Amino acid sequence: MDFLNAIVALTNYVMIPAIAYGSQLALGALGVTLIYGVLRFSNFAHGDTMAFGTMATILVTWWMQSMGINLGVLPTALLALPFGILGTMGLLLFTDRVVYRFYREQKAKPVIFVMVSLGVMFMMNGLVRFIIGPGDQRFTDGVRFIISARDFKAMTGLREGLAIKTTQGITVIAAVIVVAALFWFLNRTRTGKSMRAYSDNEDLALLSGINPEKVVMYTWMIVAALATIAGVLYGLDKSFKPFTYFQLLLPIFASAIVGGLGNPLGAIAGGFIIAFSEVSITYAWKKVLRYLMPENLQPDSLVQLLSTDYKFAVSFGILLIVLLFKPTGLFKGKSV
Amino acid sequence: MSEPFLIGDSMTGGYGKGPDILHDCTIAVNRGEIAVIVGPNGAGKSTAMKAVFGMLNVRGGSVRLDGEDITKLSPQDRVVQGMGFVPQNQNIFTSLTVEENLEMGAFIRTDDIRQTMEQIYHLFPILRDKRNQAAGELSGGQRQQVAVGRALMTQPKVLMLDEPTAGVSPIVMDELFDRIIEVARTGIPILMVEQNARQALEIADKGYVLVQGRNAFTGTGKELLADPEVRKSFLGG
Repeated sequence: MDFLNAIVALTNYVMIPAIAYGSQLALGALGVTLIYGVLRFSNFAHGDTMAFGTMATILVTWWMQSMGINLGVLPTALLALPFGILGTMGLLLFTDRVVYRFYREQKAKPVIFVMVSLGVMFMMNGLVRFIIGPGDQRFTDGVRFIISARDFKAMTGLREGLAIKTTQGITVIAAVIVVAALFWFLNRTRTGKSMRAYSDNEDLALLSGINPEKVVMYTWMIVAALATIAGVLYGLDKSFKPFTYFQLLLPIFASAIVGGLGNPLGAIAGGFIIAFSEVSITYAWKKVLRYLMPENLQPDSLVQLLSTDYKFAVSFGILLIVLLFKPTGLFKGKSV
Repeated sequence: MSEPFLIGDSMTGGYGKGPDILHDCTIAVNRGEIAVIVGPNGAGKSTAMKAVFGMLNVRGGSVRLDGEDITKLSPQDRVVQGMGFVPQNQNIFTSLTVEENLEMGAFIRTDDIRQTMEQIYHLFPILRDKRNQAAGELSGGQRQQVAVGRALMTQPKVLMLDEPTAGVSPIVMDELFDRIIEVARTGIPILMVEQNARQALEIADKGYVLVQGRNAFTGTGKELLADPEVRKSFLGG
């Protein structure tokens, strides 16, 4: 019984949050890795792109809520999501037209693109705060839990409860659908293949008649969709605050680099590696250990390796280790 | 004499704003023939071919395809006009499968490409076996076949190969030459740059020996092989 309780506690406090968080990171990292693969720079504005997409979705959600439109048990934000994606696509294509295209024509070095994206980041940062403000916004509605802790206890008779939030369920399902759609697109469609070809060998792609401007356009559109979905899922699961999204940049980049920049499969693996490390290192293991260990060995302390305040140190640490020992990432990626 | 199918006529030029590398250099290939550019290292062989393909700033002379002046066209536009080009390095998409490589080669086409792909598999049977494998996992000789196959997917009117046998073993080299002859037999004129001057001239209808960006000797493959001057300076006696 104790063993079961330990497993339930572990699932409740580590597995489920980490899987949801990992899915969100994976979607974010997919966007970063696509930009790196096709446009060949690290896009520092990605966190704020996510913030913009989420903001756009929130605004539409609020409008829908005021009009009495909702999805019943599911959050209204899912209905608003396509509009948020369209808005973000517009913003990214506009940014590309007025900013990045200029540097592409100059054939600027990647490091210049990174600096440019930093500027874009500050602009988007300001834009989002200007429109929705720097504060915390909640926009989740619908049913809160798929299974609540109390129901689970009643159902199983265990001392530990297992809660699965609706938003966590949605996150995982949405991530699976999005990833499947993305891989289908990249591997099966002509446009997707041309994006991979362009990412693989730019000169030969040109010789084959692949239009780089089109590839770039499709990339931004897909990235807009990925960033908005990732941002909205994160916002539903936790809450929306522009600064938090800016901070997400670090774990997202860590995920993309750990997996291997430019490799979509790596981005997904990286997302889960970072999420599981972050959650398990900042989790207080006392509860789980109390079930598993004999009484005289039970820990008095919380057995928390790092305070949650330091969770970014985890991504940073993993990032450093990977860059030191395997700069191309765990999967075959491009070296930074 | 009738105009050759593709001719780079007295080309003078260099890369970008750099100094001239080619000086009054003429390269041409007739319908149904194989023309080979040979010469010592740094003679401008590849440069001459790139000039014909529009990757160079040609300041003097002109390039004509089937009688039409294409000197001002970009390389991409020349592909649309029917020129197929296989660069020396990085001439395949390594992370794509063999079949995807061929598909990307035919990107500018909107019609059904299956028949062309079938022809290429017929020409290079090994590619059919490996069609679902990443092209980067193939051997050097197989990669070159992928590269040539990719260029053939546009159904070009002329094929240009930049050192197709660079870095492959002598056995593979012979096989590649056989394949190139087969491609030429399908009626596509071939212009190629080669390090292995003797073998290349043996299969060539026309040979160009370049020295320092200038035409040093020009003739049929047999003439050049027989020319004592050419033998002495490039073919090792």
